[in-house]
Amino acid sequence: MRIGVPEESLPSERRVAVTPASVKKLRELGHEVVIEHGAGHHSGIEDEDYAAAGASIVSRAEAFGAEMVLKVRPPTIEETKRFREGAILVALIQLERMPELGDALNEKKVSAIALERVPRISRAQKMDVLSSMANAAGYRAVIAAAEHYQGFFGPQVTAAGSMPPVKVLVIGAGVAGLAAIAAAKALGGEVRAFDTRAAAREQVESLGASFLEVDFQESGEGGGGYAKEMSKEFIEAEMRLFKKQADDVSIVITTALVPGKKAPTLLPRDVAECFKPGSVIVDMAAEQGGNCALTLPGEVITHQGITVVGYTDLASRMARSSSRFFAANVAALVGEMGAGEAFKIDLESDVIRPALVTHGGELLPPPPRKEPSPGEGAKRTTKPPPAHAKPKQAQITSPTRRAWGTTLAGTLLISVLFVLGRFAPGDFLQHFTVFILACFVGWQVIWSVSPALHTPLMSVTNAISGIIVVGGMLQIGSDLDLPSILGALAVLFAAINVAGGFLVTQRMLRMFRRDTSSSDTGGHR
Amino acid sequence: MTAGVVTIAYLVAGVLFIRSLGGLSKQETAGTGNLFGMIGMAIAVVVTAVVWSGGGTSTFTVGPMALGLLAGAVALGAVIGAYLAQRVEMTGMPELVAVLHSFVGLAAVLVGISSYLSPHGEGTPEALLVDTGAAARVVHLVEIGIGVAVGAVTFTGSIVAWAKLRGSLSGKPLLLPGRHLLNLVMAVAIVLSLIPLIQETDPYAGLPWLLGMTALASLLGVHLVMAIGGADMPVVVSLLNSYSGWAAAAAGFVLSNDLLIVTGALVGASGTILSIIMCRAMNRSILNVVFGGFGTESGAVATSGAQTGEMREIISDEVAERLRTAREVVIVPGYGMAVARAQGAVNQLCRALRERGARVRFAIHPVAGRLPGHMNVLLAEAGVPYDLVLEMEHINQDFEKTDVVLVIGANDIVNPGALDDPSSPIYGMPVLEVWKSKLVVVSKRGKGAGYAGVENPLFFLDCTRMLYGDAGKSMDALVSAVRKS
Repeated sequence: MRIGVPEESLPSERRVAVTPASVKKLRELGHEVVIEHGAGHHSGIEDEDYAAAGASIVSRAEAFGAEMVLKVRPPTIEETKRFREGAILVALIQLERMPELGDALNEKKVSAIALERVPRISRAQKMDVLSSMANAAGYRAVIAAAEHYQGFFGPQVTAAGSMPPVKVLVIGAGVAGLAAIAAAKALGGEVRAFDTRAAAREQVESLGASFLEVDFQESGEGGGGYAKEMSKEFIEAEMRLFKKQADDVSIVITTALVPGKKAPTLLPRDVAECFKPGSVIVDMAAEQGGNCALTLPGEVITHQGITVVGYTDLASRMARSSSRFFAANVAALVGEMGAGEAFKIDLESDVIRPALVTHGGELLPPPPRKEPSPGEGAKRTTKPPPAHAKPKQAQITSPTRRAWGTTLAGTLLISVLFVLGRFAPGDFLQHFTVFILACFVGWQVIWSVSPALHTPLMSVTNAISGIIVVGGMLQIGSDLDLPSILGALAVLFAAINVAGGFLVTQRMLRMFRRDTSSSDTGGHR
Repeated sequence: MTAGVVTIAYLVAGVLFIRSLGGLSKQETAGTGNLFGMIGMAIAVVVTAVVWSGGGTSTFTVGPMALGLLAGAVALGAVIGAYLAQRVEMTGMPELVAVLHSFVGLAAVLVGISSYLSPHGEGTPEALLVDTGAAARVVHLVEIGIGVAVGAVTFTGSIVAWAKLRGSLSGKPLLLPGRHLLNLVMAVAIVLSLIPLIQETDPYAGLPWLLGMTALASLLGVHLVMAIGGADMPVVVSLLNSYSGWAAAAAGFVLSNDLLIVTGALVGASGTILSIIMCRAMNRSILNVVFGGFGTESGAVATSGAQTGEMREIISDEVAERLRTAREVVIVPGYGMAVARAQGAVNQLCRALRERGARVRFAIHPVAGRLPGHMNVLLAEAGVPYDLVLEMEHINQDFEKTDVVLVIGANDIVNPGALDDPSSPIYGMPVLEVWKSKLVVVSKRGKGAGYAGVENPLFFLDCTRMLYGDAGKSMDALVSAVRKS
């Protein structure tokens, strides 16, 4: 199938839907990739890079005219006219924002796969652009905050005075919130986070931030890893918390989204105004109406000395990285539809069907949602064992039983030895003494052998157990009778052992060498 | 040469053998230790040869026929041994060790039978059997019986182990119905066959009994090892190592030769300790290994812990990118590395990363491979400095600080289920806690469970990526990708 990638037409959109790496992957899947001239320019990918990966550089019309079109943003109405009849479109489509786009797509019988509708199930994680873009945006939000804050994040101790770390409040600890926490921590800030879902606590604390709580009990677990809307009492308690924090924090990053709805107002005007002059609020929900009442989507405003950043294109502002993730997600989605001849739009697929918004000239209603259990929604079910998990030694026997066993066996053994001492000939006992002592010597010596040398140990014991050669020799008599022949055979086999064992040990031991940095090229440059 | 000189010579040889084993405690002294062993062996053989040829107090002098026989046997054995030692590949060490065990067992059988027929050995003059008390004769025959039986079990057991290690025999345990009873019956029959052996005063009349006993013990050896699964081979080989020592010691009793007794005891102790170490590393008792038939229910086990989530693939370019920026890298080799003969490529990768300034170390689980310490030898062969190769207990706490862990052809030894899943068949086994690191890349030939047939939850973790394909090729690709930039 021929895949076309046009340049994004929205001026602020710097991302691109494929990278050279994803072109390779798409080609492996049996597709041909054509890319509009200059499509990757703003992401730092030039036409030559694409060409080197095996894509052809084409005109805009040709890119739009391909059988499948990969984009970042939804096409404009004008752009839909460029599609060929029955084409497949993969992009962020957001029909609810622009319902007329659906009709335009249906006119061309376009099968539109909306990336934002890809269900958040484990299998589809690698296609989840919302998560990867939220991750990028969360990071970028901190950079935007730092830019407008105009101050150090980390603590400073210098001859000219010292400065405590900046205090950062992150509201909403989803993917974006966690990325923001990590980035703010990495810059040296002191980070605290708030989330209505109790499940977020562990993740927040694992990043080294502190988790804030309201003095009110209510679970905010919604479907698909999002939080649900909270009761009035809870919200009042939340406002009290934010007002209290306002005295302390200098940077606020809000990330609260409710799927398909306007973003909740977490910082109404009166709460937002409580923050100190010089503070920075980065409202990551600006595109969905904003979490802060002061936010102006797409703008940076200053109100009573408080800077409110309302960028709606945070991910696009770090296009170099976010394009890579976006492209990888898109390539994984295309791969999900099958390679080569097997490629098809599977209306039964639990990944593709929910994302398919138009098909065969009709709008497809979203399928009945099969939401995973609340809270754990997008999380994987396999978890690593807790950090403190220790191997539990199997109870082969209980300690008491074991103690009894040892005592009993010891007594028995000693009794046998005494009986042996009573009846066995003295000659035997003398050898027996040597034997037991040698066992103990061996026991002591072998425990100190380095585990790394256990294989040489085995081969050296192979060699020295060839001492049985001595026994064989003594059995060779003056006549060529059966005992002599058996003895000679024993000598033969034992000699193989002696020679083989010692030589292979020597060969092995020669291989063991220390790290001599001089011979190891550039070991310590 | 007087008997006293012989005794002292044997004493010196024994001490040298102990020094030889003691030398293996450190890599620096290991070479010297091996040299001590050779010197000890040379002293023992030369002194014995002098005594035997009549230079000592021995009552008979040897003819040219016997001398030729001895020289021929020694020369031929030495040539074969040297050939084997030179030719063996390090991946084939388990097979070589197993086959050498079988030779000791065979030699013990031969010495036992020969001694039964014609007790030439020094210190056991023929008179002993006739004149001294019945007790001495019984003790001597019991010694022969033990020597022959242990030797035969070692011989056939090692042959079966060798065949399993080579892959000539299936690694799957052969579980006959009522096998425990079968073992017991055979063991009892071996003991009972001593009775007619003792009653029969003419050696040649008693020979059939002795041979019958040898045959039974051989059968027992085959059956015991057939019932043990491929993943337990390190324990089996260690166990056979110890048997070969006990067989040599028994031969020493038969011939009243203290040097044989001492050496046999040393080797026996060594094998026993290795078996104990292996068993501890698998959290199983030795009886469980020998009689357990582990890995038989694997089919049921693999499905019972139905894993959710998916394995996520990664391509070598991406791995290389992560490796290039990593400061701390740990490589966990397993038997799969030996199978793919990827150790050379692994060493290249290690060098490439170290040239970039990363700290690269290797984590060795005690039961990785098919022989205790097998991985260390393979890495040493490839040229990895041994001070980068660490044992489990020394590296387990460092995984948290590790950027990338590369698991090459290992599975059960990195299974987190061993720590937290009581339903896992390997629950309780100490494992390398690789999942604590930032990224785990598992190089694996294909999807599927490990040697023990146990599903591995590690593959489904968030921090894990699967690098499918032949380990050698994957490593080569990584080396070139890392070096490229």
